[in-house]
Amino acid sequence: MSEPRPDELIRKMEHKSPQKGWMDTPVNIRKGMYCYASNPKSVEYLGLPNARAWNPLDVDWKLPPDWKEIIHKGFRERLDKFRSFKIFMDVCVRCGACADKCHFFIGTGDPKNMPVLRAELLRSIYRNDFTVAGKIFGKLAGAREMTIDVLKEWWYYLFQCTECRRCSVFCPYGIDTAEITIMGRELLNLLGLNIDWIATPVANCYRTGNHLGIQPHAYKDMIDFFIEDIEEVTGVKVDPSFNQKGADILFITPSGDVFADPGTYTAMGYLILFHYLKEMGLNVTWSTYASEGGNFGFFTSHETMKRLNKKMYAEAKRLGVKWILGGECGHMWRVVNQYMDTMNGPADFLEVPVSPITGTRFENAKSTKMVHIAEFMADLIKHKKLNLDPSRNDHLKVTYHDSCNPARGMGMLEEPRYVMKNVCNNFYEMPPNTIREQTFCCGSGSGLNAGENMEQRMAGGFPRANAVKHVHEKYGVNMLSCVCAVDRAALPPLMDYWVPEVGVCGLTELVANALVVPGEAERTTDLRGEELQVKEEEDKNV
Amino acid sequence: MNINYLASLIAVIVLFLLAYVGVEAAGLRYFFGVLLPYLAVIIFIVGFVKKIVGWAKTPVPFPIPTTCGQQETLSWIKPAKIDNPTTGFGVFVRMLLEILFFRSLFRNTKMELREGDKLSYEWEKWLWLFALAFHYSFLTVLLRHLRFFLEPVPGCVKFLESMDGFLQIGLPGIMISGILLLAALLFLLLRRIFIPQIRYISLASDYFPLFLIMGIAITGILMRYFIRVDIAGIKELTIGLVTFHPIIPDGIGGLFYVHLFFVSVFIAYFPFSKLMHAGGIFMSPTRNLTTNTRATRHINPWNYDVKVHTYEEYEDEFREKMIGAGLPVEKES
Ligand code: HEM
Ligand code: SF4
Ligand code: SF4
Repeated sequence: MSEPRPDELIRKMEHKSPQKGWMDTPVNIRKGMYCYASNPKSVEYLGLPNARAWNPLDVDWKLPPDWKEIIHKGFRERLDKFRSFKIFMDVCVRCGACADKCHFFIGTGDPKNMPVLRAELLRSIYRNDFTVAGKIFGKLAGAREMTIDVLKEWWYYLFQCTECRRCSVFCPYGIDTAEITIMGRELLNLLGLNIDWIATPVANCYRTGNHLGIQPHAYKDMIDFFIEDIEEVTGVKVDPSFNQKGADILFITPSGDVFADPGTYTAMGYLILFHYLKEMGLNVTWSTYASEGGNFGFFTSHETMKRLNKKMYAEAKRLGVKWILGGECGHMWRVVNQYMDTMNGPADFLEVPVSPITGTRFENAKSTKMVHIAEFMADLIKHKKLNLDPSRNDHLKVTYHDSCNPARGMGMLEEPRYVMKNVCNNFYEMPPNTIREQTFCCGSGSGLNAGENMEQRMAGGFPRANAVKHVHEKYGVNMLSCVCAVDRAALPPLMDYWVPEVGVCGLTELVANALVVPGEAERTTDLRGEELQVKEEEDKNV
Repeated sequence: MNINYLASLIAVIVLFLLAYVGVEAAGLRYFFGVLLPYLAVIIFIVGFVKKIVGWAKTPVPFPIPTTCGQQETLSWIKPAKIDNPTTGFGVFVRMLLEILFFRSLFRNTKMELREGDKLSYEWEKWLWLFALAFHYSFLTVLLRHLRFFLEPVPGCVKFLESMDGFLQIGLPGIMISGILLLAALLFLLLRRIFIPQIRYISLASDYFPLFLIMGIAITGILMRYFIRVDIAGIKELTIGLVTFHPIIPDGIGGLFYVHLFFVSVFIAYFPFSKLMHAGGIFMSPTRNLTTNTRATRHINPWNYDVKVHTYEEYEDEFREKMIGAGLPVEKES
């Protein structure tokens, strides 16, 4: 990789504003800061507009001849359909409170990465096309005409926003630049301007049920590998069921965890947990059709999100389960928590989720009928249903990264912490301005965790990494835990880059390390095959 | 020099001259004293209502509140009832805190890169403090003006005045609100001019209201403390306006007409500008919705069916492989 070294990247973060105004500063699409254009095959498979091969570095983006009209109409349509969009276009006072809240602004110093300016890129067109003041006063009122350069600027900066919503926490009017980015990306998609890291997973998911395009037999194969690995570490043979009609609970989790380290250890964690609970009455099944918790459609358009999300309820209905349990994933939970029921509900064929082990009724999920694994596990631990030996995580000093969506699109802050504190003895929080609702994004969310935009990702992840570095230096933290599959893919390179020596893990992985499964052999390693710390008594002899 | 604030400053100076010359040289008293104020109020009401109705008529398809605290889940985990409100009452309190105390702005921090590579975030209270000072002193000044429109002057207005004037700095009758208003405006302006980031994002339409309100405040303060005006005459005029029997008493100086003109421009400009945040904040979907989104279904009025890849299509494509892997299928072949 040819991205700059950490010290070079820091030197670039000047946070200086150019002399020339932002409207007069043309976009410079720079390698390392953008993702490749979408593969036409994927766009075509989904039936989305303007499938063709194109390159962001080319002058000609091969747009339809009436592209301006398409954008104008699309803009109008969204203003009429979303009150959020309309109000956010109208009320920003440019107080700048959101400016230095964005990890991309902090990490790149590029002023157009201030949320307010990112929004102004669209707002300037809004004023020109749809407002009286913009029509009369033009540039003085902050209006400008749509041009191909503006369009390119949109594309470049709307794919430098991870839709993390951190800015919206601080805005006095709750203006959520993520919402504006979502609308902007919808508009771009009308012209076929997507990135391949989003379009191809979406096409895969549509066809095979998951982003990675894993076909059913391969999906089962992968889980079979985990079964072997689990047996090696624990001596226990787990026996999951797939597409099982009549199961009580359908389990849906992001496919990333089935596919690549370190997410795989979290997937193994689920298997171990479900095996442990089976005796106690848990009857859960995995689906190969609804084999994706995540939803990159969310990063494409509301419609595409709905098309992918529909499978969850459809599969729950087909299998006749009572409710759905969801695995660790960030944006999946934004979709489940704030969109799914509205888009694809009502799920009246399901029952209000009740834990078969503790009898707890999840009233908070009584309409959507979907419970988060961290909520589920916290309830189990509270009722002392899990036999845990937290000392098996003593080789780890753990901190916790709140993923953006569970934090700001849900508010799941305490459940994972409660679980964490029960399964490991060394837990340290990062500084208060970098966790909970103020958490910093991994820098790779909303479909930006590709390989070709490493500089962008390392810059965007800088504030998160910097906070990890703080606890690494202060407490010797060596493990960054999270409840998100994108995090588990995105944070390891981020740690390698900024804070080597810190690993990344999921919550359920830590639970499974600590879980004492009946009939297991004495564990000498954790799920990763790493030696456990020798217990204190033995320590003394050394 | 920055074209944006220069243009705004010049615009306000031109407005000043228009009114002053218009009254003093051209004698357009009726125009500036009666016609324009009425016109401005009409524009304000029509514009404001149109904007609010436009927002209100636009659906809220998805419940997208920003959650700024612990959700309500398990009974033994304490939810953040205000920052993550599941009830209408919680939302009400959340909104009240936003509107009365600018709660989100209160969270403001300032990021700094220290010792080369350490990020720090410090509480940044000044914007919050001066924004509050600005809004409350503006509100106080507005309310105090009721004395010009109501006869007899209501007790609460008199009370407000006595509160406002409690700081009798040597001279009797000094009102803090006016001075605070100017000070806060100055802060907001200097911030825009001197903090590079804020200057970079500021448009002419951000400076203009600041200069305009400064113009209003300065002309007001001049009339109150420095250049004697005929208060009785002014009250005759204002009462005439609100009772729809407009009259133009003699002897009111040009300065008053400038003040009135500035105010007319301000209220006519209001509905077409960012000042509409005053209405928008009440309707912002990231703040004014409950967060019990998994417990209660939110309805999207324009929800429509979409094309999906059904299980049947999926099984048709992968059936052989599924059977081969021992996965259950709906149809054997
Ligand atoms: C209720 C919640 C409100 C909040 C949180 C709020 C917040 C703010 C903020 C942060 C600014 C920006 C100052 C700057 O950086 O320049 C501002 C400006 C302003 N607000 Fe409000 N505001 C609210 C309501 C109102 C209302 C009801 C009015 C009614 C007149 C109003 C009138 C103004 C004016 C005139 C400015 C002007 C100057 C400028 O453009 O900066 N605001 N407000
Ligand atoms: S904090 Fe809100 S009002 Fe202030 S500049 Fe940002 S988006 Fe605009
Ligand atoms: S949503 Fe996140 S990435 Fe996007 S502008 Fe706001 S803070 Fe930046």
